[in-house]
Amino acid sequence: MVRGMTKKPELLPGTLDMLILKTLTRAPLHGYGIALSIKRLSEDVLTVEEGSLYPALQRLLLQGWVKAEWKMTETNRRARFYRLTAEGRKQLGVEMSQFEQMIAAIGRVLRAAQEA
Amino acid sequence: MKPLIRFMNKLSILFRRGPFRSELDEEMAFHRAQVEKELLAGGMSAEVARYAAMRQFGNSEKFREQSQEVFAFRAETVAQDVRFALRQWARYPSFACTGILILALGMGVSLAIFGFVDAALLQPLPYASPNQLMSVNESNVESPRWPLSYPDFRDWQRLNKSFLSLDIYSGTGFLLRTPSGAEPVAGERVSGGFFQTLGVRPILGRDFSPDEDRLGGPNVVLLSYGAWLGRFGGRRDLVGQTVELDNQAYTVIGVLPPRFYFARADDAEFWVPINSLSYHEQMRTFYNFWGVGRLRDGVTTQAALSEMITVSKQLQRQYPTADHYEGASVSPLLDVIVGEVRPVLLTLLGGAVLLLLIACVNVASLVLVRSESRRREIAVRGALGASPARLAGQFVAEGLLLALIGSLAAVFAAGGFMKLLARLLPKDMVESMPFWGGVGLNAHTGLFAVLITLLAGLLLAVTPTFQLSFQKVRDGLAEGDRSASARLWRRLGANLVVVELAVAVVLLAGAGLLGQSLYRLLHVPLGFDPDHLATLEVTAPTAIFQNTQRTLELYHEIVRSVSRLPGVESVGFTSTLPVQCDCPVDWITFPGRPFHGEHNTVDERHVSPDYLPTLKATLVRGRLFTGAEDESTPGVVVVNQALARRYFPDENPIGHSIGDYEGGHPSLRRIIGIVDDVREGPLDADVLPAEYFPINQTLDHDFDLVVRTRQDAAALLPTLAGAIHQIDLNLGVSNEETMNERIDDTQAARLHRFSAWLTGGFAAMALILSLTGLYGVVSYSVSRRTREIGVRMALGARRSSVYLLVVGQAGWLTGIGLAIGLLSSVGASLLIRNLLFGVRAWDELTLGGVIAVLGLSSMAASFFPARRAASVNPTDALRAE
Repeated sequence: MVRGMTKKPELLPGTLDMLILKTLTRAPLHGYGIALSIKRLSEDVLTVEEGSLYPALQRLLLQGWVKAEWKMTETNRRARFYRLTAEGRKQLGVEMSQFEQMIAAIGRVLRAAQEA
Repeated sequence: MKPLIRFMNKLSILFRRGPFRSELDEEMAFHRAQVEKELLAGGMSAEVARYAAMRQFGNSEKFREQSQEVFAFRAETVAQDVRFALRQWARYPSFACTGILILALGMGVSLAIFGFVDAALLQPLPYASPNQLMSVNESNVESPRWPLSYPDFRDWQRLNKSFLSLDIYSGTGFLLRTPSGAEPVAGERVSGGFFQTLGVRPILGRDFSPDEDRLGGPNVVLLSYGAWLGRFGGRRDLVGQTVELDNQAYTVIGVLPPRFYFARADDAEFWVPINSLSYHEQMRTFYNFWGVGRLRDGVTTQAALSEMITVSKQLQRQYPTADHYEGASVSPLLDVIVGEVRPVLLTLLGGAVLLLLIACVNVASLVLVRSESRRREIAVRGALGASPARLAGQFVAEGLLLALIGSLAAVFAAGGFMKLLARLLPKDMVESMPFWGGVGLNAHTGLFAVLITLLAGLLLAVTPTFQLSFQKVRDGLAEGDRSASARLWRRLGANLVVVELAVAVVLLAGAGLLGQSLYRLLHVPLGFDPDHLATLEVTAPTAIFQNTQRTLELYHEIVRSVSRLPGVESVGFTSTLPVQCDCPVDWITFPGRPFHGEHNTVDERHVSPDYLPTLKATLVRGRLFTGAEDESTPGVVVVNQALARRYFPDENPIGHSIGDYEGGHPSLRRIIGIVDDVREGPLDADVLPAEYFPINQTLDHDFDLVVRTRQDAAALLPTLAGAIHQIDLNLGVSNEETMNERIDDTQAARLHRFSAWLTGGFAAMALILSLTGLYGVVSYSVSRRTREIGVRMALGARRSSVYLLVVGQAGWLTGIGLAIGLLSSVGASLLIRNLLFGVRAWDELTLGGVIAVLGLSSMAASFFPARRAASVNPTDALRAE
């Protein structure tokens, strides 16, 4: 199978949950909305295989970090909206600080490698 | 907290699984529709947009699976695994049945033997702080534990500082007056503090008072719980009333707790204080009482022993006697009670656990054979995406399920084994260790069952998984791997089979020898004809049959009325029945010969004139008793051949006299006749010299009736008891049994039967195990060599040579196993030669038979895999690559 030359960077493993939580901080969204939001905010750099959102959403539901409810969209279709819970907000904080620490650490290593 | 939330969330989904799926589907469909709409808006054609949307979304089936898995319980996959395992077994029932049968046998035997270990070693002394309880006795050169005399006991009690309390007990019997006549009952005489020393309190009424412990104290009795319930209907108002024992009134002062037993006196129903002593018992040299003491805190067994030895020596200086019993013995009561059986039981348990282990390994090897033929299935499942954990889970589930079903069957089997073992236990073992009554399924055995189930399950689950981890999926698909683990297993399995076969040889040979011993033992010459003999014990209360006249009248009356019963040929009585025990004995002397205090031990029996003729004992010389002997005529005696041979080797004993020192007074009896040896002692002992006194001169009040009938002896027993009670209701009647029942029930017969059956049982297990082991190993090897066999056959090998190949491999293993087994069994039979009777330790017939049985069954066990190998279709075998 021939792959396209312009391969988009894959999402760092384990970051999808965090991204979903982050997108939900502003307002409740349905799955499609979450995918769209991630795509736009990352200026098309971060794309996910959109279906993989759903197992991730089930994980978040199970942990109690998001809540789901069926609502009508502006176009009058039924859709499941996900809303961040207080627990989820706390978890987002934890994950973000961990992530920033990691990025900073990676950055230090890379810079040091350049200087050497 | 968090796991709880997760659990609750999962639970909420579990009950709305259907809606969960449809909602998920709807959600995903919505998502795709939105993408499609957007693409359409961007100017794509409808069809292109639909495909693009689907591509962008990814494999929706996979995501749905993943989403559902998040909320799935672990149990759901387990249930799937179990269902799958059951389906697999249903397709190959012989595999499942063999596995479960072997596990049930192995676990059942272990469980049953553990039940005995538990009863004997974990819970034998139901008293307060049992570790402080000591068995305290005299000791001498002949016997390390010798009973105490009453005066010694009182002095030991007074002088010692080691014991919080010291008490004695001694078995006895009473004639209990009941409405239907007198009945002999077991009793125990104990010193006043006995129950306090044990830490046992009556559940009703009170313990003995110090006043009742003194000599000349009142007649009082404590009842065992069983006696209170069984004989007196559990009436609470019985306390304070009197019962009649030996024609004397005893006041019931209390009832002992239901769970109380004392191992040395278990069947005792009536417990009385030692407050009256016989003439002999008042002497310092009459040893009739066993001691039990409770140590003071901080006193060691050793310290107590050295103190008691000092006390004993001091008393000897004070009261020098002709008899020297110079020592003392102090040992934990527990050791005295279970000391002898502990090593036996632990060995048995060790053996059983070993058998269980072999059983598990064998089943594991069968599981391997199965998994071998399932390699393609596993490989396919792996290729389709089943994770290694999921595949291993399948084997774990199957292993655990096998162990679980096996152990359930084992619990039932164990119940049966325990009953069987309890029935086979030698008689004196049962009597001296009443805790055998507590053998059964309880919390301890339940725990043990759970434990061995888990261990077996683990072993069964891990074995195939272990192999799985070595095996690459690709190799599995190609069906051609030669992995290290497979070789390892083959070698291990082969060695194990050799060991199993050797063990089976040893056990089968042992069982054969012990079985022959049992047969020979039960056919040993008795010196009399035991068929058609009914026996019965009679106890005549001395208070009623006081004088010679009345006693002689009783003897005549018994002969008269029993002879009148239909079918009776003759009737005699004796102080002790034959084949029971070389006791009581007498030490005899010969007037006119030098005597240096040596013990010329002979069996002493007091018999009626018709006794020896009733037994059909053969008179060799002289004459038997006429019935005219009594206290006024000179003492006479009939002796057996053994006595004549040993003490009168070169002369005719008739007319000579023998004497003894009964009660310190020499008494002489003239020998009037010699009978052929009647086996008085146990079946497995040499016949001892014996002397028969006329009962008309000894005037016994306790004796055994022996009645020869023309019909079935057992049919006579009920009428016999009735006939005795018709003479006098005060006569105690007990132990109605036929002579053959008594012989079957003797210690020697039971011991030999016990060991023969036990070894036989273990041997049967070993046989089954070694055969399944052999089958497993050969089958495994055949399944691994399918390709090789196919090649051979394609190159022109005949089916017969394939048979030979497989059976030859089994033959090698069998040969080595049998050879090792033969050598070991010679050693083993030397170890059990004490149990052998009438057979040599090296018995060609037995060993030959064992080899034949094992050899033939091994060939049979390897025949099935050989046939499978020979029916391999070469084309299929080669194409499978």
